[in-house]
This record gives sequence, C-alpha cells and structure tokens, in this order.
Amino acid sequence: MSYIKPKFHHPLLPKNKLGYTRKDYEGSISTLCAGCGHDSISAAIVEACYELNVEPHKVAKLSGIGCSSKTPAYFLSNSHGFNSVHGRMPSIATGANLANCDLVYLGVSGDGDSASIGMGQFVHVVRRNLNMVYIVMNNGCYGLTKGQDSATADRGSISKGGDATLFEGIDLCSLAIELGATFVAQSFSGDKAQLVPLIEAAMSHQGFALINVLSPCVTFNNNPGSTKSYEYVREHNEALAGIDFIPVGDEITTNYNEGERVEVTMHDGSVLRLNKLDHTWDPQDKLSIIAALKKSQQAHEILTGLLYIDRTSVPLHTMLNTTETPLNQLKEDQLCPGSKVLEGINAGLR
Amino acid sequence: MESTKTKDPEYFHKVVDCQYACPAHTPVPEYIRLIAAGKYSEAYMVNWESNVFPGVLGRTCDRPCEPACRRGRVEEEPVAICRLKRVAADFKGDIEQYMPDIPSAKNGKRIALIGAGPASLTVARDLAPLGYELHLYDENHLGGGMMRTQIPSFRLPAAVLNEEVDRILNFGIHTHFKTYVSSLKEILDQNYDAVFIGTGAPKGRDLKIEGRDEGAKFIHIGIEWLAGVAFEHITKVSKKVIVLGGGNTAMDCCRTSRRLGGEEVKVVVRSPFAEMKASPWEKEDAMHEDIPIIDNHVPKKFVVEDGILKGMMFEKVHPVIDEKGKRQLLPTGEPEVFIEADEVLIAIGQENSFPWIERDLGLEFDQWNMPVVNPNTFVSTRPNVFFGGDAALGPKNVITAVAQGHQAAISIDLFCNGTDVNERPAPNVKFFSTKMGIHEWAYDNDVTNDLRFPVPQADKAETLKDRKKEVELGFDLATAFKEAERCLNCDVQTIFTDDKCIECDACMDVCPTNCITFTAYAEEPELRQNLIAPSVNLDQDLMVSGALKTGRVMVKDEDVCLHCGLCAERCPTAAWDMKQFLYNTAKAGHQCSVAL
Repeated sequence: MSYIKPKFHHPLLPKNKLGYTRKDYEGSISTLCAGCGHDSISAAIVEACYELNVEPHKVAKLSGIGCSSKTPAYFLSNSHGFNSVHGRMPSIATGANLANCDLVYLGVSGDGDSASIGMGQFVHVVRRNLNMVYIVMNNGCYGLTKGQDSATADRGSISKGGDATLFEGIDLCSLAIELGATFVAQSFSGDKAQLVPLIEAAMSHQGFALINVLSPCVTFNNNPGSTKSYEYVREHNEALAGIDFIPVGDEITTNYNEGERVEVTMHDGSVLRLNKLDHTWDPQDKLSIIAALKKSQQAHEILTGLLYIDRTSVPLHTMLNTTETPLNQLKEDQLCPGSKVLEGINAGLR
Repeated sequence: MESTKTKDPEYFHKVVDCQYACPAHTPVPEYIRLIAAGKYSEAYMVNWESNVFPGVLGRTCDRPCEPACRRGRVEEEPVAICRLKRVAADFKGDIEQYMPDIPSAKNGKRIALIGAGPASLTVARDLAPLGYELHLYDENHLGGGMMRTQIPSFRLPAAVLNEEVDRILNFGIHTHFKTYVSSLKEILDQNYDAVFIGTGAPKGRDLKIEGRDEGAKFIHIGIEWLAGVAFEHITKVSKKVIVLGGGNTAMDCCRTSRRLGGEEVKVVVRSPFAEMKASPWEKEDAMHEDIPIIDNHVPKKFVVEDGILKGMMFEKVHPVIDEKGKRQLLPTGEPEVFIEADEVLIAIGQENSFPWIERDLGLEFDQWNMPVVNPNTFVSTRPNVFFGGDAALGPKNVITAVAQGHQAAISIDLFCNGTDVNERPAPNVKFFSTKMGIHEWAYDNDVTNDLRFPVPQADKAETLKDRKKEVELGFDLATAFKEAERCLNCDVQTIFTDDKCIECDACMDVCPTNCITFTAYAEEPELRQNLIAPSVNLDQDLMVSGALKTGRVMVKDEDVCLHCGLCAERCPTAAWDMKQFLYNTAKAGHQCSVAL
C-alpha cells in the first residue's frame, strides 16, 4: 500500500496568479476507502482554491469527527487546520472567526457530525450567519462505524444489510433555508463541473454558505436500493442550472440565452452565472426554492446547484460590530487604552 | 467511437520507452527489478538473451534507451540503465547452468560467418543451439571485431570482452582466424548453405588536403591506429597530438593518446561543440583528462617542414542558418589558425568497403556502392547471402549490430528450412497481474525521489599511466540498488476495464502526474486539448476507453505516467489493474528462450 504520494508532477502543470500549481493545494494521500466520494470533494476543494488564487496560509480548515472530517488532511496541506470534537466544529469556527476574520473558514462535516450529534451546533451557526463555507459530505450512513443509517438517510432507502430506513431523513438544505441561511447549495461528488464553481462562489460569499454534497459511501451505501449510491444520484440528479463562476477580473466567456440567464454578483465583485433549467425558480426568491425542494422530494429527484442566495447577507462580525483587526495583531495600547478611556466609559454609565 | 487497441502488444511495447528505443528491445525494467532483488545472474541472462554482450554493452553502449527513459521526463535525468547492465555483468554468479545445450548431432546445415564482430557472433549464438555447423572467419587472431580493435581497454577491459566472446566461440564454432577473406566467390564455392557477412565498416575516412602525403609518417587513420594500439603494434605517441573529428572514435583516439605519452592532446572539430556526434559522457570524460575540444575549426592543411610535421592550419567558421533553415558553417573571416602537432589522428568517420565481393555473384550494389539489403530480413539480392551490423546498412553501433544479427539468424534459419524469410515470428509476450492484495503489488510501486547516482571513476593519475586500467569503476551494490529503485517500472502497465468503472473519479483525483481525464469523446487532436494536464508530447499515445455509463470516456495520456499504481489502489471496483508486460522479440528457432 502506498502511504506517500510521489512528489513528481506533470512538467507542464499550469500555475495560477500566485505561481502555485494544483499540486501545491493538495494534501497527503487519502486513507479513506478507494472510490470514496469524499476524495472527489477534496479534489474539488483543491481545484477551487487553485482557481480562486487563494493563498494557502489564508485558509483555516475545520472539521469534527467522521470519515468526512478526516479529509482536511487530504487537501491544502499548507493551510491552518483544526480537527474538533464530534459535532462541535461550528463552535471552534465561530471562535476562530471572531478572533481573526481575515481567513477563509472552510468547515468540513458529515451527515452524522452535522445532522445527529452536531445538530444543535449546526442550527445555531446557520442562524448566526457566521462567515464560513460549510461543506457537508453527505453519504446517508455512518461509514466510520460500519454503515448504520444516519439521520439524512431517506425513508425507504435500502441499507447494505437489506433493511429499509424507517425514519424521515433530515434535509439539511431545507432546514438551513428555514433558519435563514444566506447561501445554500446542493451538489454531487461525482459532478466536479458543478461542484467546483459552487465552492468558489461559497468562498466568495459573505456569510454562512452551506454546500450539501451527496458523496456515496462505496463500502457501505453504494448498493441497489440506496438513495445515496453513485447510480441513484446520477439517475435522479436534477440540476437547477448550468453554472459558471467568474473570479474578479476574469472575462465572461460562456454565452447563455437571454432570459434563462441569471447573474449574481458576489460581494467581492466576482460573478456567478447561472443558466436556468427550471423556469419557476429564482435563486434569490426563498419561496420559489422552498416550493422547488418540496416538489423534488415528492418526485424523488435530487435538486442540485445553487438553491438560494441572499445578497443582502450581513455576517456575524458585522452584526456584532467586532473588530476587523485580527486579535493577534492588536497592540497593547489598543487592547488596554488606558485609564482616561475607562473614565470616559464609566462617565457614560452614570 | 474508437477505444485504444490494447489487445495489440505493440501498444504496450511502446509504453516501455527504454525497451522500445533499444534496437534489440532488451526488457530493461525486468532486469533492473532483478538487480534490485539481488538476482544478478538472472538479470545478466535477461540481457544475454537479448543483447548477447551485457558486460561489453554495460560499459560501451550508445544507450539509446536513456534519452527515451520516462524518468527523464519527470525529473532531471534518466535511470543509469547502461551502468546497471554492467552491475548485472560484474556481480553475476555461475551462469553455466543457464547456457543453451549445443547439440552434438548437427542439423546438416553449414553456415559461413565473415567477420568475427558483434553481428556474426550474435548469429553464431542464435544458430549454434539449433545444430548449425558454423564457420567464423576473421583477419585478426582473436574474435570481437570492432569491440576489440576500436574500443580502448580503459573503457572495455580485455577480460570482459574475452569472456563474452569466448562464451560463444565455445559453442563449437569453427574459427578460421588470421584468415582474410579476399573473395566471396571462394567462400560460396565451399557450398555453405548460407553466408552471413558481418565485416563492419572497416575503412576510416581520410583527409586529402595539402601536406597529407608529405606528412604521411605522422598522420594516422583513427580506427587503424586504435587497432594498432589494441594489438600492441603501437605503444607510444608524440607529445603534441591533434585528433580531428567529433565522434566517439575521436574521443577514444584522444584519450588513448593521453595514455601513450601525449601531453598536449587536442581535439579539433568542424562543427559546434553541441552538434558533435560523440556521446555527451564521452566528451565529458575526454575533457576530464585535460583534453581541450576546439570546435568550429575546419582543417586547411598539414604543415610539414623538412619532412617533419609541425602542425595544422585551420579556418575558423561559425554556424549560420540560411533562408531554407539549413545550418551552414561559414568562415568568420578571421585569419587562419596554426595549431602545433607532432602527430595527427584522423577520426572523421568510417565507411563500408567491399573490395572482396565480386560483382558478378548476383549481389546487387546501390549507387553508393553498398550492397542492397532488406532492412527487415537482412537478406541480400542473393537468397543465401545475409548481411548484418555496420556492413548491412552503414555504421551504427554494437547494439544495432546485435539486433540485426538476431534478425539475420531468424532469416538464415527460415531460409535453411525452406520457409519464406518474410514470415517473421511473432514476439514472445507475457501479461500477468501484479496484484497481491487490496493495496499490494508484486513490484515496488513506491517512486523514489533520488536523483541519478554518478558512477565512480578510478584516480585520474593512475588511469593515465596505464592504458589498460579501466576508468569507470562501476556501481557498488548499495548504489546499484538505489539507482535500480529509480526505475519507474514502465512495463507494469495500467490496464483499464471499461465495464467495471463506476466513474467515481478516484483515479483521476489521485494521479500524481494528472495522466487521467474523464471527458466527452473526441478525435485525438481535440481530445488532447481537453485533458486536465497539457498533452503536448505527441510521440506518446493516449489510451482511450470505450463509452462509460455517463457516455464519457476515460483518457490516459501515457506521457508522464509514473506507473505508481495509485489509480489501481484507489479504484473501488478493480477497473484498473497493474499488469506486468514482458515482451521478448523472437529469436531464431525460439531455442534461446532460456527458462529462468
């Protein structure tokens, strides 16, 4: 078995604006099962960071516990990372983000980590609109403990053992929209053409950005009858729109028909260009996406793409009016401005 | 849609760059693995079967394999293939047990082999085990041909050469040494069933310019002079020597001069340094022995005063690209340059020479006075006369002579059995999985990051004193192992099974050199544009699968594949497998396929 990736790379590997190749955004070799969807998501994160010209040291990777939460070891080996307690990644992300809002916060979690043990943390980080990317690698089972049904397994989905799931599955996207999330997307690990621009858009979004990625567990949940298998997801995938992400300063080259085209300018000036396939839906209209999600559930379809975006999003930092200077850069005179200032404050309280 | 024809062994043969580039198609990765495993005798035999002279070639081969080596495309330098071959020769044990049986009862066919160089010896090696009665003719008293007369002992010790030449002569070959064949007709009159001509390119080119005749005593033809040194007719040279020419013979002449008393030895060559024909390592070795290489100098005349050579005049030129894009050497206009010399060695090329072949024997000669020889079967226009080595298609090198000898031996065997010589036997191909467990392979798939290890050399002062002292010491076993580990095992092939693939992208994501892309099918030029890494090396093929479930295809660019097996390790359905591919070109009568 190979434990080390060869250091050699393609001699003509292109470089991004920072002079880095894709290889510079990779991590160590994966120890997940061969064919795991999570590895494809890791590769999509690598691709997105490369294309966005992200400086690796400006990224913090955060995760909880589970197969999904192991993946930060497999991408961005030159970035910061914190592997937290099971289900507690949002707390760590919140603390880190308030201490230093200069970094891109990339949270990686799984269906167990977010929808079971970490549900309490998940709903609160959504409603607080913390500025972070929150990727759920959702395979509908507890892969690390040999494939028991998770809380996102659809009712009626057949497990590897042959039993149908008895309970209603939690739809994290609907829940997040309900709780006021400002960027909600759903995708499939096997569709990088869609997933990569979604990650890029999520990283450009100011506020909480959820991407629920269906990521088949090849070992425990890729059997016939499972609604999270490669084959089922490919057959039932209903993309809402073709999607392109155009980073700041890049030329728009794709050409969609007028009327079906929606362009969303992100906070940083980059553009998310959508070629709508469903005419009843508008990504900035919450009601239309709630209706579309309900309809798709009834039709046993899996809606993918950018589901909802709120461009008026106000992230937690702004709401709390906390300092934009990272705490580690605050000098003593700023942290302890002296007795005169204290006297002024006290006077204001009289 | 057309997927790659991976049923054709030639597809995978081409993936093994070193083996494909070798004229004899020696299975290089196979013997390098055996060296890494400490099986030096077996490694030697893989070589011996294919190239007959592993000890000689491990020191002197032109190494067409090394520029082709894939490793040179992913890092700075190729694997030291040639010097690993020498390791097999240096450290082999008793190989007698592996030698083919030579039947005492002969098959009744008599073959004459003219010239005892690498080509004839290869034919002898291939035909002796089949029961042929072989008669080997050479003008010298020892076999080996140009390997003995032109390659100096400090590069190829006589003991190494003798061992490999004698091994063949001991196959019951009837040697007719010290016998110059002056008439092919006389040979044919002896009713041989076939005659093989491997007489090399024995004539050194001369330089007929002013002063050549007056200075004749001090001016020598390079290959003749080297032969004189080899047979110890020549034991010393003057202090100031000019060697004319830029090929490997020139390098051998100048380095030999340094050992016979030459103190100021200079190589003077017409062409620019970078265009010289000599192998880069031979130029380096010459310069290491304090021999300057003066390029862009065209010889104008030998300066002879009172019957004594004083030196040579040269015109300085520089390369100019003309309107047609052709490189020309034009005079710079500077005054001619005088270079002092007591002796001059002319090593500006060599030619074929067949004064001993009568022109009325049914052998056609072309406009350049070369015999007309079929480049595949090596048969001449007379069905029972065959050519090989430099004598066949012009001067090349030892490994080419061996490869041609093998082909000629096949032809002679077919001819003597009354079969059409154009019906060539198929290569011997074996294909087997190296899978040992979920993530375990029968080969060492880890890719080491080591750079090429230099071969140690003996002390310069010592080697310059003794022309027989070998300069290169060869790898020790510890270094040989590390160098062998640099081999990427290109013969362990990536095999893709379309209908097992579930398109999870794992192979594409893990591939360290981005060889694999899943994309829509297109014709090759367009397909190359759509791969995730630039695909610009058009010499390297694309492996294209059939249509997968989503309608896409898997495309693998063979160019910089490390054969690390990660695609197969990360494949959940074993759609990828790493299969070892052994390709041996056919030999006469298939009798030489020694079972290891």
